[in-house]
Amino acid sequence: MLSKNQARLFFLGGTVLFFLIFLFLSANTLSSGIPEKTHSENITEEVTNGKQLFDENNCMGCHTILGEGAYYAPELTKVIDRRGEGFVKAVLTSKTPWTLSGRKMVAYGFSDKEANDLIAFFKWIGKMDLNGFPPKPDLKKE
Amino acid sequence: MKYKSQKVAYMFFALSMVLLVLQIVYGFIMGFAHAGFDGLHEFIPFNTATATHKNLLVVWLLSGFMGAAYYIIPEESQNELVSVKLALLQFWSLAIVAVVAVIGFHFNWWEGRKFLEIPRPLDYLVVVNVLLFLGIILVTLFKGKQRTTTALVLAMGLFFAALLYLPGMIDFNNQSVDSFFRWWVVHLWVEGVWELIMGGILAYLLIKLTGVDRELIEKWLYVIVGLTFLSGILGTGHHYYYMGAPEYWLMIGGIFSALEPLAFLGMALFALAMYRKGEKNHPNKIALYWTLGTAIMSFAGAGLLGIAHTIPSVNLYTHGTLVTAMHGHLAFWGAYGMMVLAIIVYAMPNLTGRKLYDRPGAHYAFWLSNIGMIGMTTAFAAAGVAQVYLERKVGMSFMDAQKAIEVHFWVLIGAAILFTIGILFFVSNFFKHGMPTDEALEANS
Repeated sequence: MLSKNQARLFFLGGTVLFFLIFLFLSANTLSSGIPEKTHSENITEEVTNGKQLFDENNCMGCHTILGEGAYYAPELTKVIDRRGEGFVKAVLTSKTPWTLSGRKMVAYGFSDKEANDLIAFFKWIGKMDLNGFPPKPDLKKE
Repeated sequence: MKYKSQKVAYMFFALSMVLLVLQIVYGFIMGFAHAGFDGLHEFIPFNTATATHKNLLVVWLLSGFMGAAYYIIPEESQNELVSVKLALLQFWSLAIVAVVAVIGFHFNWWEGRKFLEIPRPLDYLVVVNVLLFLGIILVTLFKGKQRTTTALVLAMGLFFAALLYLPGMIDFNNQSVDSFFRWWVVHLWVEGVWELIMGGILAYLLIKLTGVDRELIEKWLYVIVGLTFLSGILGTGHHYYYMGAPEYWLMIGGIFSALEPLAFLGMALFALAMYRKGEKNHPNKIALYWTLGTAIMSFAGAGLLGIAHTIPSVNLYTHGTLVTAMHGHLAFWGAYGMMVLAIIVYAMPNLTGRKLYDRPGAHYAFWLSNIGMIGMTTAFAAAGVAQVYLERKVGMSFMDAQKAIEVHFWVLIGAAILFTIGILFFVSNFFKHGMPTDEALEANS
């Protein structure tokens, strides 16, 4: 029968082993995986500014991006492909809450430059290789 | 033997109660908004409500864990806490940081990172606060007469939980790298080190409530936390499928996520086996309900509903939908919410000398909150599956799909009302105990 010492060894040994594997995979992901998949060479100053605005205003508190965030407002990964730049810019610069689709969005009233930065951020996000996400709706009637 | 410094746990438990009630209020704001009634939009927009709801959850659970540690560590180490004054200072600073953070969320002062919205300057205060807490706990433990496995597992969980907060404080300009490290915090907390805390508290409660030999309980505690890390560390991969990380995470995350329910199943079987083996007839039956309840509900919520959507081919469709909210609610409630309530229900009669565990209210609290939460989870499941089908399979637009599933949010609100009544019974019972006293602790020793 398993003794307490063996149980402790299983816990400590297993934890250390799997943590080391995790660290090794993480190093690979960070050094080559993510930079290649996300085309990190395309992160311009505008993209960085856009990401900062995205964070500062907690856009993820309603929307999802890369499938992460809250589930109250549309997924933004492919928003430029889906809606086009003009539409997105109109939403971002609106001085009154955007309500076209039924739910209210906070009226951020971004400046022209801020809106362009956010659009640059969305465009960069939209070109990532996300292993097939978002999926194509396979039951859609053409 | 009971220790007078255990009284400080009361403050943390009381803070947990207040924040839990507040968390529920913000949950209702979001539920109504999803059902089409967003009358508070101008003052509390959805992103404020969700940041508040999630962070209050994290803080009331952490406050509960801290209270549990201040209650358990003196008994397990046979040593009074090294400084009650410092523990009180730590309590008040925690409460102030929590209040300031929540107010800040209402004035656009935050970081847009799910679960870690607390703005950076407050993050540093959190670090100082947690270091103080760990200092008190670890010094008490190592100066104590004994170091039990239960105390060590609990302290280890608290220590690594603090350490893992740090990767969430680094800035990256790549959204995917940001997300990669955010999961180091969130996933390795809830599917890793928090389970050590949970395992430690569970072992302590089982020892006290069932009277089964400590050696036996602690041996299985090692096996269960071993299984947790064996599956949970690489299980982080299920967050890396579709956010810009390499494809190998689909296989690794898929395999190890499939193993994650084993740790929770182990915990449930372990608790039930110890209960059946136990010969001690402890009068605080309701504490036993919560203890066994947390072991079973965490298996259902974190284990089963987790694997329901971490299979990569399923997650491709469910990623970023209400299916995640389904799993999240029952997992947090079952594994951590109920665990904190279990230790509170066990500790309060000992701290105050008022034995309120046979009151009908204590039983209503248990049953109504659990039935309510199962109802809420079911409503989220119906809404989530319908959303996935309409939006991801049929290709309906986000808002059209949301309108089609609005009805499920009325079911959610109905179930949430049941849940809330249960929690109000719990909180009212908590405060009816009154304040902790030295006499009560002495009478119990």
